Formats: sequence, structure tokens, C-alpha cells
Amino acid sequence: MQDNKRNSRWINVGVQFVGIIAALIFTTIVLFLTGAPPLQAFNQLLLGIFGSVNNISNVLVSWMPLLIVTAGLLVTFAAGLWNIGIEGQIIMGAIFSTGVLRMLQHSTVPGGIIIVLGILAGIFGGALWAFLVGVLKTFGGVNEIFGGLGFNFIANAIVLWLIYGPWRRPGVASLSGTEAFPSRLSLPTLPNLLISPWSLILGAISIIVIYILLRGTYIGLRLKAIGKNIRAAYILGVPTWQHMLLSFIVCGLFAGLTGALQVTAVYHRLLPTISSGYGFLGLLVAMLINFQAIWVAPIALFYAALNIGSIQLPITLKLDSNLSGVIQGTLVLFVLLAEGFRQKFTRKT
Amino acid sequence: MKVELRDVHKTFGTVYALKGLSITFHSGKIQGILGENGAGKSTLMKILSGFYQADQGEIYLDGKQTLILSPADAIVHGIGMLHQDPLDFPPMQVLNNFLIGAKGRIFPDRSRAIQEFLSLCKEFDFDIDPDNYVDALTVGERQQLEILRLLWLGAEVLILDEPTTGISTPQKKKLFGTLRKLASDGKTIIFVSHKLEDVSDLCHRVAVLRAGELVGEMEAPFNPEKLISLMFGKPVIIDQRQHLTPGEPVLEMCDINLEDYRLRMKGINIQACKGEVIGLAGMEGSGQTLFLRACAGLVHPVGGELLIQNESMIGKPYRDFLQKGVSYLPAARMEEGLISGMTLSEHFSLVDGNQSLFIDQKQALKVSNQRIIEYNIRGSHSTTVEMLSGGNQQRALLALLKEPLNLILMEHPTRGLDVESSIYIWNKLKVRCSEGTAIIFISTDLEEILNYSDRILVFFTGQISKPLNASSTTVEDLGELIGGNNWDKNFSN
Repeated sequence: MQDNKRNSRWINVGVQFVGIIAALIFTTIVLFLTGAPPLQAFNQLLLGIFGSVNNISNVLVSWMPLLIVTAGLLVTFAAGLWNIGIEGQIIMGAIFSTGVLRMLQHSTVPGGIIIVLGILAGIFGGALWAFLVGVLKTFGGVNEIFGGLGFNFIANAIVLWLIYGPWRRPGVASLSGTEAFPSRLSLPTLPNLLISPWSLILGAISIIVIYILLRGTYIGLRLKAIGKNIRAAYILGVPTWQHMLLSFIVCGLFAGLTGALQVTAVYHRLLPTISSGYGFLGLLVAMLINFQAIWVAPIALFYAALNIGSIQLPITLKLDSNLSGVIQGTLVLFVLLAEGFRQKFTRKT
Repeated sequence: MKVELRDVHKTFGTVYALKGLSITFHSGKIQGILGENGAGKSTLMKILSGFYQADQGEIYLDGKQTLILSPADAIVHGIGMLHQDPLDFPPMQVLNNFLIGAKGRIFPDRSRAIQEFLSLCKEFDFDIDPDNYVDALTVGERQQLEILRLLWLGAEVLILDEPTTGISTPQKKKLFGTLRKLASDGKTIIFVSHKLEDVSDLCHRVAVLRAGELVGEMEAPFNPEKLISLMFGKPVIIDQRQHLTPGEPVLEMCDINLEDYRLRMKGINIQACKGEVIGLAGMEGSGQTLFLRACAGLVHPVGGELLIQNESMIGKPYRDFLQKGVSYLPAARMEEGLISGMTLSEHFSLVDGNQSLFIDQKQALKVSNQRIIEYNIRGSHSTTVEMLSGGNQQRALLALLKEPLNLILMEHPTRGLDVESSIYIWNKLKVRCSEGTAIIFISTDLEEILNYSDRILVFFTGQISKPLNASSTTVEDLGELIGGNNWDKNFSN
């Protein structure tokens, strides 16, 4: 029995590996087709990641929001819910955070307290936006995918309105966002680098909390039951809509935290693209790791590295930096495909 | 068609389901397959119908070796299987279900299909509306629909896996008549069951499986004792109903009105007392399920008063019923009872009622191992429920009932269980009764109702009989009432 389990685990790992190789081959073909030298492109990608301490620090900067947002998504996925509204929840987190910072920036309140209040406000904003999707789902019968999409549009509209309207920079309103906050309203970073140790700590706490929540608590077990068979869960006595709503709120908390960190630790202002697409990327990561919390950290790190590594491509090779997107997307597709083949194969034998 | 299986092996993980089984089915004969839960009956049939592939061994159809790769492939070869839990599409209309699997055309000839469907219905005396949605049908009617579909697709070999569990006695008689007719037309009928009386009623020949092996074959007429000892390796004794003096009322219904999309039940007045067992008899869809779900708080009455332990439960949510110690055990075990993909241990934790945040894994392991032994479930704490055989799923469902309870409501509590397990389960339920639990259960097995109930309610098209005293009622009486006869004589007001 033990042997069997171990065997199938190794088969799993092997299958995933085949998927990764296939994705790399596919990307190489795409590079050939665009006329770019693949080896050089991959080389530049690696340089972009490991080329300097700065680059490595940037990878960490990109890793944390992705880690936190994916951790949150695991909760809604556990309940069988597709929280597509995650992008809007990040944006609302950023908006609420910015709002508090703007309100208090000229006050005499110490910077540290303003930052904490800003982050808490962001967490609240994300949770609120997710809660609305959850309410529509549980009480209005609106599928969370549609509700989430709708609220994404609304959040986008609000952020643009704020940047061009009430919160515009004195003089010019532009896509480059609101006026930057004074440095006392930024989370402290490591000397000469962009990464804040506070982000790292919050990221670590996030993933540990989610891991324990899903693996070791009754809430996690009930969410799993709802995700797998809501009807049976209900008859067995699980409070179903309450837990679904809870899962939205928990996911929103983490999305809001992500948005707040984008404002307080990364951009120090509100931007139209403040979410940086981390919400959708988080959905990809969650699918790639088959919703297993234990894999979030390494895979999110890998994806963050691809993001950062590809930044230099347009400069050095005249390649679009979306190459990382191609790799990220094909990776998910090929690994899911390999998993599909594995299931088909193992069922037949 | 003559069907021959030679030296078939099949394992699931480390569990040996079939160990080198060889068996032959002849055309024009009804062959019974008997065996207790987990004997390998369902596995054998699923291999024959292409649902599983054998690890080893061959299938010969009319002497020709054949590979059956999928259920679609099986029906092409003329093998159709009626599964224990109907495999259909509840959100779709009956006619569309009927058309699924039909070959060829992009645009199905619906008017012809309707005609053929209706004429098949007529032939079998089934009453199914082709425009109805499948989720509005009872399990019994869904099974009927499957039979019609398979015949329409040209099945020469018809495999029926525990077909009598979902349907009433008159419907069963009808079904048996049909199967006899099909056999005399030269079709091969394979009838899988753990019910001795069904098999001896119907089959020309019977094979007994035990632990994945063929332990004996017999021609009709059968010697029941010999069959039982073949099945279990020892004789089994059915024991009697216990007589408890019923205590205070647990459940009271006063002038309750119930409604669903096709039934309207009016003025229900019923009491269930501590320690009492009430059996609900009737054809599928006569209102028993609606009644039982109303007792559970899953369906809300449209009028009247419902008391549980003297507290009004009208308008209260299902969870309040649970808190009052009411438990409901549904018939559709994989749809409503158990959660596919979760382990036995997770199921036990889910219902343990613990209010703390963290799961005590050690305790959970202890509880689940205890329950697994207590309910004789063939699986371990880390087995996911969909990997269990049908009978073991039923045992798991029963093992999930909390302790203590005031009222247990069950649909087909021993469906899919062999005689021995049924007796064992009922013994456990009787212990609960003696501790003050009331039980209301639905069964299509009239013997079960008569054996274990104190009082019986008969349902007929939404009407409920006055309570019958089980000790002075016979199977024949019940059969008549279920069919709608003698109501005036028995219940004239």
C-alpha cells in the first residue's frame, strides 16, 4: 500500500515534469516563429531574474502579492467557487488603502500608524468587494463568475474616476496615477532595494494561515465538503451559504491586503493598473498547483521570476515582455493536459 | 447471445475484487448473480458492460473473443446495463435522456422517438411523461426509463444490477413479467441481486459469488438455505420485531398540508413516539419522500402545525431540525448522502458536531476506525467514499448518524445491503429505539416494513392511510393497499 502510494506520487511528479518540458518546447517554437533566438531569449530571461541583487529583490517584490492573492483564492476554490472578481477586490483594497493614506498624510499621526490603518482599510475594502459578490451569489442566485466580472468592471471604473477626478494630481491628471505619498507613508524596505521585509512577513503569515485553515480546521473541512457536494454537505448539517459567504470574505481579505501592499510597499500611489494582473495570475497559479496550499510559495515564486525576468526582453532582444505571459499560460495548459492524460492512462490500466 | 467470461481478474488498488472468475450466460435464460456486499457482483457486471477493463481475462460473445472498451462499445455489441444508481441526466427531459446514446443523425427524429418511447412505455405498462424532467422522476421511474432506453438501443444482453431496490411490489411484478418475456424472445438476462426471494422468483439459473470467486451454481428450483450458506458460508436467522411501549411523542403533525410539483397532500395528522418505528409503504412517488422530507425540515409545509418535542418547527430552517436531534438519511447516497472525493475520516469529522476551530486528527482517526469496525465498512479511514462498493456506502451513511438522536428518518435504509448486514443494521437501530429514538423509514421491501415497524402508513397518490398495526397486517394486505385497493374497506370514515 505504502509502495503503491509512493509510486503514484512519483508518477505524478514525472507527469508534471513532462508538462513543463512540453511548455518549454512550445515556447521555443513560438520564439523560432517570431524569429528570435530562443537560447538567447531564455538566457536573457535568467539574467533578468538572477542578474543582480536588485533583480532578485524585484522577484521577491512581485512574489509577495502573487503569493498572498493565491493563498486567498485557495479558500474560494476549496468551496468550489470561482472568484473571478479577485482583480476588483485587489483594486478596492488599493483604493481603500489610498483613501486612508490620503486622509491622514498631512496629519500629525505617526507614519507607522497611518500605514497600519491603510493596510487594515485595504483588507476591509477587498473583503467588502468579495462580500458583495458572495451576497449576490447566495441571496440573488447570481453566479460568482458573472458577479465577479461585473464588480471587476465597477472597480476599474472607480479607480479611473478617482485618478482622473477627485484624487488627480495637481495640474495633470494622467494614467501615471495619483500623487506619490511622502516616504514616511511607505513600508520600510531593505537598504537600497525595493523589497520590504514587512511584505515578506505578511506573505509568510498569509500562506501559513491558509494552509492551516484548509488542512487543520473544521472550517476548511466544511468548505471542502461544500466544494465537492453542496447538497450532501447541507443534508449532513453544514451551514452552506454561511460558509460560502465566509470563503468570499476570507479571499477578499487577502486580495485587499495585496492591494494595500501594492500601494504602501510597491507603488506608493494609486495606479489604474495597481493590481498588475496578480489576481488572474493567481487563478493560473492555483490551477497549476491543483489547489494544494503547500505548492503556492514555490510556484508563485517561479511565476514572479518569469514576470521580472522578461522585463528586459524588449530592450535587449526587441521581444515583447509578454513572453513571460506566454510561458505562464502554456505551462498551466500543458501541465493540466499532462494531468488529464495521466488520469486517462491510469484509469485504463 | 451467449456470453462467456474466462478467468477474469480485477483489483482496485490493493483490494482484490475478482479473482480469476469464469462464468457463462446463455440466451433465453434469466441468470441470477447472488452474493453479499462486496462479493464482486457489480465489478463483474461493470467489466462486461465496458465500464471497467479487466486486469486479466477474456470475454467471448457467441464464441468470438471481444474487447469491450466502453459502455458505448458494449451497447454496440448488444450489451446494455442498468446500474444500481441510475446513470442519467436529471436536468434534462425524459425524451432527451432517451435519445442519448442513439447513433447517427445530427438531428434526432424526435416525433418518431416519442412514438417509439410511448409504445415501449405501453408495452411495459410504465407511466412516464416524455416531456417531464428526469429530476422530477423517482429513482424507480428513472430505472424504468433506463430499461426502455437500453431495449430501444437494441440490447441483446440486459444486465440489471439490483433493479428491485427502487421499485414497488406491483412494479416489480411488472418488471419480472417483462424480463420473462424478453428471455423467451431469446434475450440474455443477467439479474444481479442480494435478494434471495427475487432471484428464486425469477431466475432459471443462479451463480453465487463470494469474495470475488464463483462458489457455486444452481438450476431452478433453488434450495434457499443452500444458497444462503453459499453466500455467507453459514446459515442466517432473521429475528423479530421488538415490542417497546412507545413513550412521549417526538414528532406531531397536525393538519399538515404538503405540496410539490405533482403531489398535494392534505390534512396529515400523525404522531411518532419515543422508541417507535413507523414504516412507510407505497409505490415510488406516492408522497412518502415528500412526507419524510417535511419531517426532516427539508420541505416546508404549506399549512398546519409541526411539533418536535412539543416545540413548533413551522418556518424553521433545516438546521434547527438537526439541532433538535432529527437526522435524515437520503436514498440517493452519492448525490445527497456522501461527498465524493472525501475520505471516511473526513466524513466523520464533518458530522462530529465539534464547535472548536481545529480538528483533533488523533481523535478523528480513533473515531473513524471505531465506526469502520462497528459498521463493518470495507475500507480504511483514508478511503474516499466513491471507492466503496454500494453496500459499504450505505453502511458509511448509517455510520454517520449522530448519537443520540430523537428522530431518525430514512429512505431505504438497507438498500443494497445483504440479508446479514440488514439484520445487523436493524439491531443497531433497535438499540437506539430502546434508548428513546423514534424511527420513520421508507422501504419498498414489504418484509422489511412488516418485520421492523410497529405501525405502518400506506401512501397512495398523495393519500396517507390510517396507521396500521404491523403485527396484524400481512404482506398481501399491504400489497393491495399500495396498489390502491381496499382503501374504502379499511379506512372508511
